[in-house]
Amino acid sequence: MRLLLWVFHFYKDGFMHLSLGKTLWKILFVKLLIMVVVFKLFFFSTTLNTRFSNDDERSDFVLENLTKEKK
Amino acid sequence: MNELASVDWSRAQFALTAIYHFLFVPLTLGLSFIIAIMETIYVATNDHAWKKITQFWMGLFAINFAIGVATGLIMEFEFGTNWANYAWFVGDIFGAPLAIEGILAFFMESTFFAVMFFGWNKVGPKFHLLSTWLVAVGSNLSAFWILVANGWMQYPIGMHFNPASARNEMENFFDVVFSPVAIAKFLHTVSSGYVIGALFVIGISAWFLLKNREVLFAKRSLVVGASFGLLTSLFLTISGDESAYQVAQHQPVKLAAMEGLYKGESRAGIIAFGILNPDKRLGDDAHEFLGDIELPYMLSLLGYRNVDAFVGGLEDLVYGNAAHGLPSAQERIDSGKIALKALSDFRAAKAQNDTEAMKTHEAILQAHMKDFGYGYFEKPEQIVPPIALSFYSFHIMVSLGMWFIVLFALTLFFTLKRDVQTQKPLLYAALWSIPLGYIAAEAGWIVAEVGRQPWAIQDLMPTHMAATHLGSGNIALSFSLFALLFTALLIAEIKIMLKQIAIGPNGGH
Repeated sequence: MRLLLWVFHFYKDGFMHLSLGKTLWKILFVKLLIMVVVFKLFFFSTTLNTRFSNDDERSDFVLENLTKEKK
Repeated sequence: MNELASVDWSRAQFALTAIYHFLFVPLTLGLSFIIAIMETIYVATNDHAWKKITQFWMGLFAINFAIGVATGLIMEFEFGTNWANYAWFVGDIFGAPLAIEGILAFFMESTFFAVMFFGWNKVGPKFHLLSTWLVAVGSNLSAFWILVANGWMQYPIGMHFNPASARNEMENFFDVVFSPVAIAKFLHTVSSGYVIGALFVIGISAWFLLKNREVLFAKRSLVVGASFGLLTSLFLTISGDESAYQVAQHQPVKLAAMEGLYKGESRAGIIAFGILNPDKRLGDDAHEFLGDIELPYMLSLLGYRNVDAFVGGLEDLVYGNAAHGLPSAQERIDSGKIALKALSDFRAAKAQNDTEAMKTHEAILQAHMKDFGYGYFEKPEQIVPPIALSFYSFHIMVSLGMWFIVLFALTLFFTLKRDVQTQKPLLYAALWSIPLGYIAAEAGWIVAEVGRQPWAIQDLMPTHMAATHLGSGNIALSFSLFALLFTALLIAEIKIMLKQIAIGPNGGH
């Protein structure tokens, strides 16, 4: 418990005394927001995991792509 | 958007992401060790000037780390949506190293990173020093797992293809992890990061000396930066030699493209400088170069550790050379088509639950699996990567690598001679060599990734078969947004760094 409290205060004091770090954290936050919310949601939301419900369907999809005849 | 355009946009998007990501990574890899060395000197000598030096470079390290962290996450998104065939086909072989990387990066780097920045007055100097070293080791271990995954794409080993699931299954973890290609790639990539870190330190220190500011700080930083740079740039040459040797063994077409070698020869020389003939085509009699300077025997020595060895040229590798035991690409295309047909037949047999036929077709597939990816090509010439881009990138990388050795040696010599401040041209050269380090590293990645085209996984999966377009979003639009975001991040990094550098080591951070 004492260790957890020490870790908590360690991080709390560290963040409170940031100067340049505050700007960096803002950049980090905005960047992650754009990546995870905008990009993931609008451009990369569909994967084999979201499109298909089980591995058999995923295998089938890839096998179909790998073996389809050229038109 | 037609299929070709979709593949091309996916490739452009991945290239853009990887190039930007690798602008941030190498400085983290190199500067972390330089900081650890500086802090070790501080702890050993208890000289507080070294503490200030360490803290100054640590501030710049933090800027680079914070802005660069998670830029690689986008590549994971791209694998899932734009490269789903590939992501599924590689199975747990790619997933396992990346998962280990994620865990290591999260727990090791982030934990000790906090101690490194918040812990100066909270933990003892030795524990702080240990944390700084562990951040450096953790960053480099992360790189190791990423490069194991990349190494496997260049030289797939230690797995078995399961036609029922369409996935490669790992048979031997240690074959994958200790693949000679992965090890060579890891050593060469991290040592390029060390050189970039050293160039960064000596370049900025040179700027302080040119401004006649913070002279003691700058000279001490120069000693550490130039020593570290000289050792690591020499090691970079050794690891580069090993990388080229591995390319010769496992990706001979890439080696031939890197050297603009059309016709194979024994006692092959390496091109020290050359201008490719843009009109040269495979199989014609035109000369490969408009002008070139060749170092005799060196390519045979580099590729096969034997000055008399025969090095296959593009024409030997595409059209075959029976005298030297090189099959033609057409033979491999034919074999690949048998493998593809066997996979189709296996699938049909599976649908009918015909286990005997499944066994038969799987046996045929496995017998031709080494040529599987060739089955997707129609012409032998399709196995040739972009020659000019591979050739010039390789030669730019090597030339800059040689320059860095000279630069570090001269900088160290004049710094130890206590005469460096009067060497204005050298100081300017050091300053302007910072971007050259990045150019060399990116050129190296272009050699590695463009040079292995048309393959996503060497011999098994061509790039165009790896791609899928599952997402509903427009790839051209997301490409533009990526370019915008990454450029904004890069500008932010440069602006914040320049401001912090101008403040100097005595301005606090």
